[in-house]
Amino acid sequence: MAIDTKKCVGCSDCVVACQTENNVPEGFCRDWVTESVSGTYPQVEIELRSERCNHCEDAPCVRCCPTGASQIVDGGIVIVEHDECIGCGACIESCPYDARYVHPEGYVDKCTFCLHRVTEGLQPACVSVCPTKCMYFGDIDDPNSEISNMLKTRKQKTLAPEAGTNPHIFYLI
Amino acid sequence: MKEEIFISGRNLPHIDPHLELWHWPISLYLFLGGLAAGILFFAALVVLFRKEDKYIGAVKYATIIAPIAIGVGLLALLYDLSHVWYAWRLYVTIRLESPMSWGAWTLMLVMPVSMLWTLSYFKEYFPKWNWDFGFLSYFDWIIDFVIYHRRVLAWILVPSTILLGIYTGILLSAFNARPLWNNSILGPLFLTSGLSTGAATIILMSKSHAERRMFSMIDLVLIGIELFLIIHMLMGMLAGSQVQHEASLLLLGGEFTVSFWVFVIILGLAFPAILEIFELVGFKVPAIIPALLVLLGGIMFRFIMVEAGQLTRYLY
Repeated sequence: MAIDTKKCVGCSDCVVACQTENNVPEGFCRDWVTESVSGTYPQVEIELRSERCNHCEDAPCVRCCPTGASQIVDGGIVIVEHDECIGCGACIESCPYDARYVHPEGYVDKCTFCLHRVTEGLQPACVSVCPTKCMYFGDIDDPNSEISNMLKTRKQKTLAPEAGTNPHIFYLI
Repeated sequence: MKEEIFISGRNLPHIDPHLELWHWPISLYLFLGGLAAGILFFAALVVLFRKEDKYIGAVKYATIIAPIAIGVGLLALLYDLSHVWYAWRLYVTIRLESPMSWGAWTLMLVMPVSMLWTLSYFKEYFPKWNWDFGFLSYFDWIIDFVIYHRRVLAWILVPSTILLGIYTGILLSAFNARPLWNNSILGPLFLTSGLSTGAATIILMSKSHAERRMFSMIDLVLIGIELFLIIHMLMGMLAGSQVQHEASLLLLGGEFTVSFWVFVIILGLAFPAILEIFELVGFKVPAIIPALLVLLGGIMFRFIMVEAGQLTRYLY
């Protein structure tokens, strides 16, 4: 997924869409919007980022999970199989992005890139509702996909690359 | 100036504003796991060196604590699981990549072996026990079997307790998202600390002066190694990346400085070491004092590391 920080206005529509689509319990969220302010007035710069699980290629949550409930499915999406999760919290401790939480029912929950939607050819809920169309979801292994073209032409960054997890959410800057 | 705020109102329980998911059950479990590993390691060594008659406290009395410690530790761990009815999933998978997985299996190996070990001394704990009681004679046969095979148990225990002791540290150090934990010294450090608390328990449970003296000496060496490893860990972090540097400052001037230096370094390591040196050179020191201090230091160390580690993270 690529997210254009120049187009994002921080409306939090992605957050609400996710909560509605995935029945996220009240008080919890799988994605969130961060406002990063740098500089001093009058030279101030604001960066808005819609953040969520980075679906890392070398995911520490998958490595640390004692039961294999945290897993990478075909296509690279990181999910938690609820029936295999014992709720030990190892994945939460291991995530540099704090992108997971304990669901009130006990298992650990997180962004799935709306796996149930994308397997049907739909876009993730957050992407589909974005009013400024600042999010691009697709296959980065396909050199002709929209997201691949975006990543070829735009300057970009990932969050905390020094954590060594090879995150798969790219912020266009 | 740089400031980052959530504008979509994120406030996840136990995660925001900073991670505080693991609490006393985990600290207690790590302490008790290390303690049991320490006790059983020394008991097994004594048997393998055929010194059972000399160090009877180590093989016979202190080892009663081991299965109890593991049991209580496991209960604490189960209490901490939020999806506890699925806990059996731990024992239908082996994932060598996940320290928690192979650690849980190690615990499942050490626990029954430690029970069998205690069972092998059952007749000595209760010499007047009446065995002519129907099905109990079958029980008698098992006890004779474990007494006969005690050396086999010892051979199993030596590697498995080292694994258990080192696991309590590796469990934390495997999390690269928490810079305070993410250093390779933590495994050996927790192992040494576990062995030290094990030696202290043996001193507490022993009635013989020679045995207490021997284990005071062992404990002194372990305290020395532990201090060296702690200095080594802090040096490595101070010379490390920014996040590790900041993590080490929690113990060197930050929030956990007083508790770490007072309870772990001074009361838990330095003071008992001085008392043990006094004892070894001939002063009268009640052996119970340094032993209790070592145990206090051990448990405080786990609590501080678990709590402080969760405050550290990558900043972006």
